[in-house]
Amino acid sequence: MPNSDKYIARSTAIASRILADEMIIMSAADSTLFSLNPAGTVIWEAADGKTPLLRIVEDKVCAEFDIGIEQAYADAEEFVQGLAEHGILLVSDVPIIQK
Amino acid sequence: MPLSMQPSDGSGCLEVSIEIGGIPIALRTTDSSFLKILHDRYANYIKASSPAEFTFDVELVSAGMADPDADVRVWIEGGDWQFERGDFRAEWNPERRQGRIRQTANPYSVDSVLRIVHTLLLAREGGFLLHASSAVRNGKAFLFSGLSEAGKTTMARLAPPDTSLLTDEASYVRRVGARYVAYGTPFAGDLGEPGKNISAPIAALYLLAKSSENQITPVEPAEAVRRLMRNILFFAHDEELVRMVFQSACAFVAAVPVFQLSFYPDHRVWDLIG
Repeated sequence: MPNSDKYIARSTAIASRILADEMIIMSAADSTLFSLNPAGTVIWEAADGKTPLLRIVEDKVCAEFDIGIEQAYADAEEFVQGLAEHGILLVSDVPIIQK
Repeated sequence: MPLSMQPSDGSGCLEVSIEIGGIPIALRTTDSSFLKILHDRYANYIKASSPAEFTFDVELVSAGMADPDADVRVWIEGGDWQFERGDFRAEWNPERRQGRIRQTANPYSVDSVLRIVHTLLLAREGGFLLHASSAVRNGKAFLFSGLSEAGKTTMARLAPPDTSLLTDEASYVRRVGARYVAYGTPFAGDLGEPGKNISAPIAALYLLAKSSENQITPVEPAEAVRRLMRNILFFAHDEELVRMVFQSACAFVAAVPVFQLSFYPDHRVWDLIG
């Protein structure tokens, strides 16, 4: 498990919508589209900038899906890193305050 | 049809009002031969009586626009939309309902300006212009969407006599209450003919794929949105409006059945439609 946690927040330069239980996200900067699976959607919806990623994984992902905390956290880290690289999720070592 | 040739305000300007999708836009010019070009080009879309929602003054230049091959650019500057392409330059203030177009005397430049204006208007009300042919059959509209060479014009050419063609190039989609309505447009593709100036509720959107046989398969919502977004005509670099277009695409997919239509290009494909 991590010594220090990450904080995640949804970028403001996106649009998102749930269609048939699937979260679809569009980067408003370049109109690239992403769709998230149910576990990804849970993380996305909990990405408020204030809740540590570890707590999101414990309270949301592990509570809803049959997966151990270590595997879930590793998957979540990879997931948020991928979204961050596309600029649709912000990741920080400290809480994120958005205007 | 002399109905369109009316001096607008005693300034020597002639005016024609072109109504597409129920939105009349007036074009004013001092050149009667250019007015005739517009009259011929938009014959079935000319509105005689109702006041225009927006008015554009068209300034004709003899030649020498900067770069005839330049791509279209659309941006907003101090509340005024700016449109620019190699063959025209336009500005439009939606609040003042006035605009100005600078172009040579041809019908294609103004056609592009009208497309851009309508995409901006539709974006704010949940509609869009779509790379799609469309036709009305049995009181219902069917859209056939795809990029170049996908078969839009082919579907239009193969349409049986009991259909009315709305367009073979750019379908006009408006949200009316809880449903979506397709309107005819004068925007023509390879067919070279304007669509009928009628409208009908949309029964289905077909995403086109050429094949050796005819088959209709449902498209999952996320994939439908992805493919719909690829085919929506939108030119403005404006994040707020792009977000609105995305929400419009999602709402459309939630309300209208979307299918892939794999088709062999002969008349039998229409046996599956309507």
